[in-house]
Amino acid sequence: MSKLFIKGNEAIAEAAVRGGCRFFAGYPITPQNEIPEYMSRRLPEVGGVFVQGESELASINMIYGAAYAGVSSLTSSSGPGLSLMAEGISSLAASGFPAVLVNMMRGGPGTGAIQGAQMDYMQATRGGGHGGYRMPVLAPGSVQEAVDLVYEAFDIAWKYMTPVLVVADGYIGSVMEAVELPPMKESKRKEFPLYTTVHLNPENPHRRSSCTMITNEVDHEEWNKVQAAKYEKMAEELVRCEEFMMEDAEYVMVAYGTSARVARNAVISLREQGIKAGLIRPILIWPYPYEALRKLDPAKVKNIFCLELSIPAQMVEDVRFGVYDRIPVTTYGRSAGLTFSEEDVEELVKKTIEGGEK
Amino acid sequence: MEKIYSRPKALQNRATGYCPGCLHGTTVKIIAELIDEFGIQDSTVAVLPIGCSALDCWSFETDMIISLHGRAPATATGIKRNAPEKTVIVIQGDGDLASIGLAEIMHAANRGENLTVIFMNNGIFGMTGGQMAPTTLIGQKATTAQGGRTEAHGYPMHMCEILNELKAPYYIQRCAMDSPAHVREAKKAIRKGLENQMNGKGFSFIELMSNCPTNWSMSAEKSIEYMREYTLKEFQIGVYRDGGEK
Repeated sequence: MSKLFIKGNEAIAEAAVRGGCRFFAGYPITPQNEIPEYMSRRLPEVGGVFVQGESELASINMIYGAAYAGVSSLTSSSGPGLSLMAEGISSLAASGFPAVLVNMMRGGPGTGAIQGAQMDYMQATRGGGHGGYRMPVLAPGSVQEAVDLVYEAFDIAWKYMTPVLVVADGYIGSVMEAVELPPMKESKRKEFPLYTTVHLNPENPHRRSSCTMITNEVDHEEWNKVQAAKYEKMAEELVRCEEFMMEDAEYVMVAYGTSARVARNAVISLREQGIKAGLIRPILIWPYPYEALRKLDPAKVKNIFCLELSIPAQMVEDVRFGVYDRIPVTTYGRSAGLTFSEEDVEELVKKTIEGGEK
Repeated sequence: MEKIYSRPKALQNRATGYCPGCLHGTTVKIIAELIDEFGIQDSTVAVLPIGCSALDCWSFETDMIISLHGRAPATATGIKRNAPEKTVIVIQGDGDLASIGLAEIMHAANRGENLTVIFMNNGIFGMTGGQMAPTTLIGQKATTAQGGRTEAHGYPMHMCEILNELKAPYYIQRCAMDSPAHVREAKKAIRKGLENQMNGKGFSFIELMSNCPTNWSMSAEKSIEYMREYTLKEFQIGVYRDGGEK
């Protein structure tokens, strides 16, 4: 297969189209603007529809309508936009509607910074919206992986009937890399059955009645149980991480996205200097690969480094949940659009070794 | 004996969720009659809002979706753009459409989305218990304007007139539900709105002036009198735009 040299955001958009996306609604925000721009010219070519929403609120609700109509749809935004979409995402989850969302993360909180960052970890993995729902959160570490995961995201969305969030730091959207694009999938509208029809119009189950407010408490709780079972199933089946040079690692880095690329180079460099470093890279950040941390042997692993483009550290809560105080955890990161280098990571590891051996 | 009238097929066989004296039940009935008349029961999607109009979910025997507060025109856009063969009827109240959903209705209208929007305007937030709406009259009492709305809360917003400033909408009419003659007029307007959509004409907006005996703290009869004496003077009924007449 031939390779294409392409910018991350455009690659994501093309991967979505090839994965079956036929509807896009979104509102401009940096650093993801190439996604809607690409979609505006690409979707009509494949019989799809592009709408520039008047806001993120409108956009996510257009996605809500498209999902109801049975179309694979995509919206993309960045942190502030995802915050505005929160009610809609909660409702997609509550309804069991399939859709794919991209958060090309920038600095936060508030308006934050337009440069890339990993500041929306909590928002992404703890729901972001109200009501305690869960959705798969895919965190690509390269443009190629962004392509593969966005393509797969539509399958996950339809398999589990759930919104799927792809979180990439803005760098992945902005860099150009050579990628292999997957083949074009056939995409057909599919009017799937709706749980709430049972509640709203039980005598006529063929009518597609959808509502996220189920006024009968018993029906509502039953649906919550169905959803909870789905969350557990996803948590069991979707865990994915890469373990790099972990067999004999004494100093373990945990990082995702662009942070993991930096960490990987640091691991290679530290190994060359005789330091047994390794990397655990979550590919999904929900469900989180706790097992990769639980199985670490405290007799062998001397320190864990949780690396993020975020201050304060956020993923460390999941890391600590996996490590459970058995091994020291050090957090390190930059934020506001600033990055760290492999030299920074090497220095951090070496300082820790020195400090620990005093 | 010959049966000359029965419950429309597009209406579920149960009581509506509306309070006694509320004109929304009549509205649901005439919409259902029209769905029957056009024979579009199986291809109709009712997009309902948050607010009393959401209670239509207990009325329509069609596909339906209850959207988020104010966002019905956006949800409907998502449906209609992807399923153009459906007849998409958007029903929104005045709190939903004129307050939190102002952007969505303006932009759906401005894009000329091929939708039929029914705007139930009773000048108050009904479901949440009678709070002031953007359509509440100056001097009209609400639970968040207990001495009556003052100018400090702004003035009643006239959605037909506001939307009539836009180029794209095809059809805009304000009707009232206070009398049989007006109800017949309203039904005619909704029929036009549905025909427009089925003929691909674009955005139709039908505002229906209604009452709220419960939250206006009036008997049903008094609420009709109030409508005629005050509401319909502030909100003039009539055709604001008819693209078919040009």
